[in-house]
Amino acid sequence: MICVITNSNHFETWLAAFLTLAVFSFLYRDNPFYKFAEHLFVGVSAAYWMVLGFWSTLWPNAIVPLFPNAALVVGATPPEQRDFVILIPVILGLMMLLKIVPRYASWGNYTTAFIIGTTAGYSLVRYLRSDFIYQLGSIIKSVIPASASIGLSEVANSIFILLATISALYYFLRIRTNKRSANVISRCGLLVLMTAFGVSFGSAVMGRVTLLVDRLYFLFSDWMGIL
Amino acid sequence: MKRNLAQVVLSVVALLIVLSAFLPDADGGLAGIAKSADSYFPIWFSIIAVFAFVLGASSLIGSHVRKIKDRENDWQYSIVTVSSFAIVLIVGLAKLGGAPGLEGDVSDPASFLGRIFSSVLSPLHATLFSLLAFYMASAAFRSFRIRSLETTVLLVSASIIIVGRLPFASKLFSFLPETLHWLRPDKLSLWMLLVPNTAGQRAVLITVSLGVIAVALKYILGMSRDMFGGQK
Repeated sequence: MICVITNSNHFETWLAAFLTLAVFSFLYRDNPFYKFAEHLFVGVSAAYWMVLGFWSTLWPNAIVPLFPNAALVVGATPPEQRDFVILIPVILGLMMLLKIVPRYASWGNYTTAFIIGTTAGYSLVRYLRSDFIYQLGSIIKSVIPASASIGLSEVANSIFILLATISALYYFLRIRTNKRSANVISRCGLLVLMTAFGVSFGSAVMGRVTLLVDRLYFLFSDWMGIL
Repeated sequence: MKRNLAQVVLSVVALLIVLSAFLPDADGGLAGIAKSADSYFPIWFSIIAVFAFVLGASSLIGSHVRKIKDRENDWQYSIVTVSSFAIVLIVGLAKLGGAPGLEGDVSDPASFLGRIFSSVLSPLHATLFSLLAFYMASAAFRSFRIRSLETTVLLVSASIIIVGRLPFASKLFSFLPETLHWLRPDKLSLWMLLVPNTAGQRAVLITVSLGVIAVALKYILGMSRDMFGGQK
């Protein structure tokens, strides 16, 4: 075994293997190796995403439009003229940084307002269009067959989806009556939702298991060279 | 006063985005303003997001430096966070290890940052998430005891999906006659994904969209101002 392991002398593979085992060691209990890996992950990922944000967003969208010659530094063609409009988000960003200083923290509220305004505006439009209207459209389309040659099982599935969606919505929207039939529909809706949640849970578990298999494959194949 | 002005900014920004989605394309007037706002705002948002990263990172590093200074519990690990943050920041901003100068792609796999991603960040991320497989299984064992019809349905549907995704799922129940092949876990899990799951997820999406629209309207109309802090 040792012989096999020493064959794989690539530093990066060894580092990745050490970190993988360090994280897996948490299955036994919290320990210094896990804490090291955890703290390393926090530090590296914070800096990584900051660097990526700087080079892929801030540099081309804010620094180059304000200082066109900056494009030459990364070997790109500079724009013909400066775009001073881009000063607005830069100032908003700097105002947000004032949140660090308690005395001027309230200046960051304008940036918060912009962020929430943008999120609220886009969410309202997106959810209205793609989730609400599109999903209602899908319900209607499911009862109108696309072609005459549709099979019996497809028709049965479409009717099932329609009735199941209506009963789940009935349960979700909490339509309360004393009618026994209404309670039956509501209970059917709850069962549909439980089935969907079970499917989501099963898929999530299998997604994690896939990651686990991938890490074990890395250890046995790339690191140890057994597989 | 400041809070009112911030609320005005919020409402104007949101209304311009909403208007741009519904007004016809035009160069001038309100439609023109809304359209140009719609083209600018996503870029502005991403620029501000980078500043948010800086704010978050400064808060993170500040808290860890304080921990080191005060020699709090496990302060040694804070040194790992601070030093790894500094190293990756320098390596990434200087684009070390890749193409000469600053001309290379920041995410180039040959650069030091690319190698840090593949040998540190990616394995840590994948392993941390794969750990959840164990905890989800143990949580499921404790929560999904058969107590009622609902929990039974949840347990059965999750089990069918898990068994149906196994590589040998098609071999299970292969003794069933042709007419009952739909009972095989691979077929049954596919049907559950496409039919009851579609119905349930559709109901969830419609209800969530109603909730999001209501919350968005609440913010746009100024009915909730908690995000601007407690000052009057």
